[in-house]
Amino acid sequence: MADVLKIENLHVHVEGKPILRGVNLKLVRGETHALMGPNGSGKSTLGLAIMGHPKYEVVEGAITLNGEDLLERSPDERARSGVFMAFQRPVAIPGVKMADFLRHAATNVRNPDRKEGAELMPMRDFRRELKARMSELKMDVEFARRYVNDGFSGGEMKRAEILQLAMLQPKFAILDETDSGLDADAVRLASESIAEIGGKEMGLLIITHHDKLLEHNPPEFTHVMLGGRIVETGSRELADELHNLGYDRIRATYPDDEVENRTLLDKEKAGV
Amino acid sequence: MTELSSPCVNFSETSFDEFLETRREPAWLLSLRRAAWQTYCDGDWPTRSDEEWMRTDLRSFRLERFAPPMAGGGSLRVDGLLSRNVELAGNVASADGSLVEQHLADEVRQQGVLFGDWESMLEEHGDLLRPYLEKPLVESSYDKFASLHAAYWTGGRVLYVPRGIVIKQPLHSISAMGDGKTDLGRTLVILEEGAEATLLTETASSDESATGFHCGCTEIYVGPRARLRFVNLQNWGLGVWHFSQQRVRVGRDASLQWTTATLGARLSQVNQHVVLAEPGAESQVNGVLFTEGKQHATCNSLQHHAATDCRSDFLYKSALQDTSRTVWRGMIKVDQCAQRTDGYQRNDNLLLSTRARADSIPGLEIEADDVRCTHGSTSGRVDEELIFYLQCRGFTRKEAIRTVVTGFFQQIFDRITIESVREAMSNAIARRVRDYE
Ligand SMILES: Nc1ncnc2c1ncn2[C@@H]1O[C@H](COP(=O)(O)OP(=O)(O)O)[C@@H](O)[C@H]1O
Ligand SMILES: [Mg+2]
Repeated sequence: MADVLKIENLHVHVEGKPILRGVNLKLVRGETHALMGPNGSGKSTLGLAIMGHPKYEVVEGAITLNGEDLLERSPDERARSGVFMAFQRPVAIPGVKMADFLRHAATNVRNPDRKEGAELMPMRDFRRELKARMSELKMDVEFARRYVNDGFSGGEMKRAEILQLAMLQPKFAILDETDSGLDADAVRLASESIAEIGGKEMGLLIITHHDKLLEHNPPEFTHVMLGGRIVETGSRELADELHNLGYDRIRATYPDDEVENRTLLDKEKAGV
Repeated sequence: MTELSSPCVNFSETSFDEFLETRREPAWLLSLRRAAWQTYCDGDWPTRSDEEWMRTDLRSFRLERFAPPMAGGGSLRVDGLLSRNVELAGNVASADGSLVEQHLADEVRQQGVLFGDWESMLEEHGDLLRPYLEKPLVESSYDKFASLHAAYWTGGRVLYVPRGIVIKQPLHSISAMGDGKTDLGRTLVILEEGAEATLLTETASSDESATGFHCGCTEIYVGPRARLRFVNLQNWGLGVWHFSQQRVRVGRDASLQWTTATLGARLSQVNQHVVLAEPGAESQVNGVLFTEGKQHATCNSLQHHAATDCRSDFLYKSALQDTSRTVWRGMIKVDQCAQRTDGYQRNDNLLLSTRARADSIPGLEIEADDVRCTHGSTSGRVDEELIFYLQCRGFTRKEAIRTVVTGFFQQIFDRITIESVREAMSNAIARRVRDYE
C-alpha cells in the first residue's frame, strides 16, 4: 500500500492569531499536488505546520502519516519519517559546511534510529554520492565547501534545497516556491531536476506561482488556498486557469475567505 | 575582602622561608623571590574598584585552602587533548608544579633548542635565563596575584629557539593538577631572530569537577623575523581558581599566531597582552571560550602598538551555557610613534541560556594619527529558526544546537592550521553543549 500523508481539519495559530482554518488534504505517495493561492493565504504556514515549527500551533485537527500521528513527533522525527520541506526562505547556518551538514542529515534520515554520536555514513560513500547528485544538478563542487546558505544568492539557496531533496529522498516533499527568485533557465533546470531526482516516487506538494515547475511535474490535483482554507480543488486545468486569469474568480466566489485573507495580510503589513 | 586579608596559614612568612629552603636555585633567583614576597606582603588584594576586577567576584576565594607547591609534589599523569594524533618534537609534563616527564627530539636538541622544565634549565643555562627573570614582562608588582606568583612560582616550561632555527613539529606541554592542589607554573618562550616554532600548552585536572588554585605567568619573546604559533588550552576542573598573566613581545617583522581556549575553571581571570614592540610586527590572537554551570571567565586583553607599521588582529568568541558569565575588556593602545597601525578587535558571544551573561567592553586609546583601528562585538541567542531548519533535516535538537555552536566557532577553527588542535577544541566544545533554554 502506498504511503499516505493526511491533513484533516487543520487549524493553526501563530502567536495566538488563527491562520489556517480547517485545511483538509490527502497526499498519496506517487501523486503530485499543486498548492496555489494569493500571498498570505497560508501556504507556507501549512508546510511549516506539517514539519512541526514551534511557532505554528495546531489548535485543532490532525496530521497523520500512514495513520500515525505526526503531531506527536518533533520536527527531526518527522524528517526521519520521510517528510521534507524545501523552504521558501532557507536560513543561513554560518560556519557549517554544506558537505558536513548534508552528511549528517543523510545519515540521520536514512537511519531513523541512529543514536546521537553514532558513526556518520562513510565519508567515501557520501562524497561519491554527493558528487553524483551535484553533477546532475549542474552544481559546482565548490558549493559543498561553502557554509549552508551563508551568502547564497536567492537562486543558490533554492538549488541547495533541491540538492537536499535529492540527497534525502523523502517519501513526501513540500516544495515552497522552490522556483521563485530563479531566472528562466534556472527554473527549467530546477523543474527538470525535481522530476529527475524521483519526484514521481514521492508525494509532492508543490507551492508555486509559475507554470514551468508544473509543466515538468504535472499535478493530478490543484488546490487553491484563500484566507487559511482550501477553497477549491481541481485538476491540472485549475492551475492553468489561475496562471492565465489570476485569482479574481476565486476571490469573487469565496468572499468570506477573501476577507480573512485581507485581514491577515493587513495585519502582516501593520506588523501585528 | 576580609576573607582574603585573614592570615593565610599556607602562604605565610614561615612557609615562604621553608619553601625557599627547598629550592635548589641560584642566589640571584632566591633574592628575586624574596623581593616579590615583600611586594606581596605590602600589596592589597584586588577589589571591585580595580578596573580589571570590577566584574569578578572573589568573595568565595580562600587562599588559605591551598598550600604552596612542594618539590616532587605531584605524579598525576593526564593525557592531553592537544597532543593526540600529532607527531611532537618534544614534550614537558608537570603535575602540581613538579616535573613528571620531559623529552626533546635529538635532532632538535642538536640544533641548540632548549625545551624543558625550569629546574634543569636553570641549572644548565642560568646565565641565559637570568635577564629574562630579572626584567620580566610581567612586573611582580602588577597585582597581588602577580606578586604571589613571582615569589612562589614553580614548574612550567622554558622554550628557547636559537637564531634561524626552524622547528617543524609542534612542541607540547601539559600542566596537570590534582584535586585541591596548587599550580604556580611559569612559561617562558624565547625565539631568537628568524626562528620558527609551534608550542601547544594545556592544563588539565584529575577530574572534571576538581578544585585547585592556579596562579601563573606566561612570557614570550618573538625575536626579529621570528614566527611563533602558540596554543594554550585552559581545561582545568570546574572547581579551579585560575589567575594568569600572559605577555608577548613581538619584534621587528616577526609574527605571532596565538590561539587560546578557555574551557575549565570556576573562575578564570586572564590578562592577555601583546606588545608590538618593533616596526612590522604582526599578531593574531584567537580566543575560544565555552562556559557552563556557574563558571566565570574574565579576559583583559591589550594590543599595544609601540612601533610603526604593525598589525594586530584579535578575535574572541564565547558560547555560554547555564548561568555562566564571561567578561571581555579589550584595548587597542597605539603609541604616538606607532604610525600606520592596523588594529582590529572583535568579540562575539553566543548565549545558550537566558541566564548566561556576556559583557563586552572594547576600547581604543590612540595617540598616533595615521592609524586604522576597528572593533566590534555581538551578543545573541541561538536562533530558533536555525534549530528548526536543522531539525527539518533530521538533526535532533541537541545535534542542531551543537552544530550551530560549532559553526559559531568555525571562523576561529578555520584559522587554526594544526588539525589536532582544531579537532580537540571542536570536540571538547561539542561534548559540553547540552540543551539550550
Ligand atoms: N512567523 C509568523 N509570524 C507572524 N505571522 C505569520 C507568520 N507566518 C505567517 N504569518 C501570518 O500568516 C499569514 C499566512 O502566511 P503564509 O503562510 O506565509 O502565506 P503564503 O505562504 O500563502 O504567502 C500571513 O499573512 C501572516 O500574517
Ligand atoms: Mg509562502
